[in-house]
Amino acid sequence: MKHDPGEPDLSALSTGDLVVEPPVTVPAPPPPPGPGYEVTPRPGGADAGDDSLLEVAIGPHHPSTHGVFRLNAVLDGERIVRFKPVFGYLHRNHEKLGEGGSYLGAMPYTDRLDYFCSLTNNWAYALAVERLAGLQVPDRAEYIRIITAELTRIQNHASLIGFLLQELGAMGTPLMYAFREREKILDLFESLTGARMMCNYMRFGGCRCDLPAGWLEQCRRVVDDLPGFYDEFENLLTTNEILMARTQGIGLLAKELAINAGITGPLLRASGVNYDLRKVDHYGLYDRLDFRVPLGAHGDVYDRYMVRILEMRESTKILQQALRDIPGGPVLDPKVKLRNFRPKAGEAYGRIESPKGELGFYLISDGSTNPYRYRIRPPSFINLTILEDMCRGLTLQDALVILGAVDIVMGEVDR
Amino acid sequence: MSLLGAGIIKGLVETARNFVGSYHDPERLTTVEYPEERLALPENARSFPMLIFDNDPVKGLRCVACKICEKECPPQCIYIVQDRDPRGKPLKFPRIFDIDLSVCMSCQICVEVCPFDAIKMNTEFELSTEDRFGGLILRREDLAKSNEYYLEIHPTEAAETDARLAAENAKAEAKSRAPAPATPAPPAALPKPPAAASPAPTT
Repeated sequence: MKHDPGEPDLSALSTGDLVVEPPVTVPAPPPPPGPGYEVTPRPGGADAGDDSLLEVAIGPHHPSTHGVFRLNAVLDGERIVRFKPVFGYLHRNHEKLGEGGSYLGAMPYTDRLDYFCSLTNNWAYALAVERLAGLQVPDRAEYIRIITAELTRIQNHASLIGFLLQELGAMGTPLMYAFREREKILDLFESLTGARMMCNYMRFGGCRCDLPAGWLEQCRRVVDDLPGFYDEFENLLTTNEILMARTQGIGLLAKELAINAGITGPLLRASGVNYDLRKVDHYGLYDRLDFRVPLGAHGDVYDRYMVRILEMRESTKILQQALRDIPGGPVLDPKVKLRNFRPKAGEAYGRIESPKGELGFYLISDGSTNPYRYRIRPPSFINLTILEDMCRGLTLQDALVILGAVDIVMGEVDR
Repeated sequence: MSLLGAGIIKGLVETARNFVGSYHDPERLTTVEYPEERLALPENARSFPMLIFDNDPVKGLRCVACKICEKECPPQCIYIVQDRDPRGKPLKFPRIFDIDLSVCMSCQICVEVCPFDAIKMNTEFELSTEDRFGGLILRREDLAKSNEYYLEIHPTEAAETDARLAAENAKAEAKSRAPAPATPAPPAALPKPPAAASPAPTT
């Protein structure tokens, strides 16, 4: 470019006292000490260098109401590659507390395991201690146990289906219908045991108190109304196209895998395995009652829904028979001591068919007033372990539906 | 194969039935507007423990500070200090009897193990307080409730307890009036522990 002579030559101007200093050379700081280990990318993990995978941590607080629980999902696009449940956020040291306190002192803590079904938890623990100490339960108490356990099963299944539909996006309506019925059952529990959820009702060798006056009539009224509720619930849901599209063929669980993984409860029966502890174990007086075990054919989420509906109907049948047959008599073996209860040294495992599966209590006694070992087999914890197998290859929204149908309560998973 | 959407319509008919029903069928009106409307508590309802006294709130306390409930309480929410006379002899009276409501889990085990029918379950449940430490610790004075109050909130259970206590007192009195046996009888003030925690069948 030609220089214009009219323009002043700026380069000739003085720069004043501005001195261009030579660049200061700062010694580079020593490199931070390394971690001392090398990070190996997890195979299949999001940090494996494969940009197409995305790791999503759902939780620890998830809006879909299952408690403090985290799901680590590795997604390929929308498909689930890995799905890892992380739990322990609600750990309350239940088993160690049981070992530290008296046998009776652990009973109210069992209410807090699966807080939807405190009465079945009570029963499983009482059964374990009764086996340990060789106690007999009066017939009336056995019938009361059956009645309360089946009421518990009904309210658990009803509210579980409500929560399942909540996960499907049916905000409110089915859940509120289920809660309306649950409320009637909780009222029965309250008038019998004094508390709606933390019942603390069963005792070793029977039940804490007899039925209050008028309870059986009230219970009969509630039970007689239940089939109407099931019909209403099924009209609302069973043939609903959205429910069918979202649940049929989703979350398939093969029979063999279910058995090998130790799955129990409605989840196992939906896969077509005829295994119900009420029939298999002959505990309580279930042998005197006539009922059937509903089984699924496909092992998908819809079958799990359907198995639970049918189980509620069967429970109602059990209830009608038990309310008809309940004998008079004492409800508690008067020889059983409340305080200083010392079963002889030995071990016992008591298990029942809780609404969520096989709930077992394993106790070792050393002859003292507190158990030497106190261990719980929580059904929802073990049912949760195959979540990944059911979810792999599906989308995240399917995974939440599958999780909803597993029926977990974090109080029991984490204990 | 039915019409697509028939199931949804069937469900909507059900919700419509519920919705319309809620206008004329009182069975379908399940909500209770709580602070204004209250449901009556069932007789067996329980919230937190209370101490029963006969006649006088201090002297009449049935509690003898035996500390069984303190020992048996699973979450250890009870704190008892036995009273002593000026010479240091222990008295059958709790100088301090505190229950921490923030720890108590309303399990009723203290009630079941008490041999003196001194501790029973209250039904009061509106216990919120501004003081999260002191306000949730109930002292002996707050816990003391009269037997009349107990009869009011748990009529059946309290009547059974009263009848049993009266029978035991009568028996003890008859024994003390009888010629003294060779071995000293147990003190008359100590009623025998109840045989079992189950009241007589009522149905």
